[in-house]
Amino acid sequence: MKVKVIVTLKNGVLDPQGKAIQQTLNGMTFENVSEVRQGKFFDIEVNESDENKAKSQVEEMCKKLLANLVIEDYKIL
Amino acid sequence: MKSSVIIFPGSNCDRDMDVALKKFGFENQMVWHNDANIPKSDLIVLPGGFSYGDYLRCGSIAGKSRIIKSVVNFANSGGLVLGICNGFQILTETGLLPGILQQNKYLNFICKNVFVKIKNKENKYFKNINKEVLELHIAHNEGNYFCSKEELKSIEDNGQIAVTYCDDKGNDDEYNNPNGAIKNIAGIFNKEKNILGMMPHPERMIDPFLSGEDGSLFFENLIGNV
Repeated sequence: MKVKVIVTLKNGVLDPQGKAIQQTLNGMTFENVSEVRQGKFFDIEVNESDENKAKSQVEEMCKKLLANLVIEDYKIL
Repeated sequence: MKSSVIIFPGSNCDRDMDVALKKFGFENQMVWHNDANIPKSDLIVLPGGFSYGDYLRCGSIAGKSRIIKSVVNFANSGGLVLGICNGFQILTETGLLPGILQQNKYLNFICKNVFVKIKNKENKYFKNINKEVLELHIAHNEGNYFCSKEELKSIEDNGQIAVTYCDDKGNDDEYNNPNGAIKNIAGIFNKEKNILGMMPHPERMIDPFLSGEDGSLFFENLIGNV
C-alpha cells in the first residue's frame, strides 16, 4: 500500500526558502501572502497490506531518516 | 600516527585532506564508505564534499552508510573523529554531535576566507596552538548551525563550542556571521571533546602558494597531540 508523508520545519525554525518564496509572491501581486513554509512530500510504496503495520513502519522511517527531529516535524497522511 | 579518511560517493575534499595529513606526518589511509571496518587508526576524518549529492538533507544518507557503525563505535570508545564541512553535517546527522547545519541564511553558497576564534583549547584539536584567531576557508551552502535553546545551553555549559566566526581581531558578533549560524558557531565538540565538527577547511590552508598557512597550525598541533 501507499503511504504519504509530509515533512515540515518546526514552528520557530528559520525557513529562508519559504521567506524568499513569500517575498516573490508578494511581488507578483499576491500581496496578501503573509507567510510561506516549505516542506517535503514522500510517496512511499510499502509491500504490506495491513494499513496499521505499514504506517507504523513509515513512522520508524520518519524518525530514523526522513525527518531530522531537531528541526523538522512529520505527518503521515 | 595513523589516520583514516572516509570516502563517500560525492566527497571532494578527501584527497586534499590526505595530502594535508601526510604533509604533517600522519600515515594516512583512504577507506571506502561501503567497507565494514576501519583499519587501525588514531584519527578518523570525514571529509568535505557533497556525499550522496546532498540528497534528502546534507549528510543524512552518508550518516546511514555501512562504514558509519565503525565510526560511531570508534568515537564512542574515545577515538578522535574530525568532520570537516560535509563531514560536520554527517556527524550531526549520525547524532554524534548535537544540532544540525541548515541552509545559509541568505540562500547563497559562500566560498571565501574567514577568521575563526578558538573558544576552547582544553582538547587535542587546539591545545597548543598559540593563536586565538585563525584564518581558514569556508565553502558551503548549508553551514547555518542550529540547535534548540536547551541544547545550546548544554553546549555552552559543557564548553562544546570549538570555533566561532569573527573578524581578524576576534570579534565574534553578528556582523562577522557569514551564514546565520546560531552564536556564530563554526565548529563544535561532543561533550568528551574527542569529536570535532567544523565548517572551515584547515586542509585548504597549508601552503603559502594557496591562500594561507593557518591550517598548518591546526595539523601541526593535531599530530603533536594524537
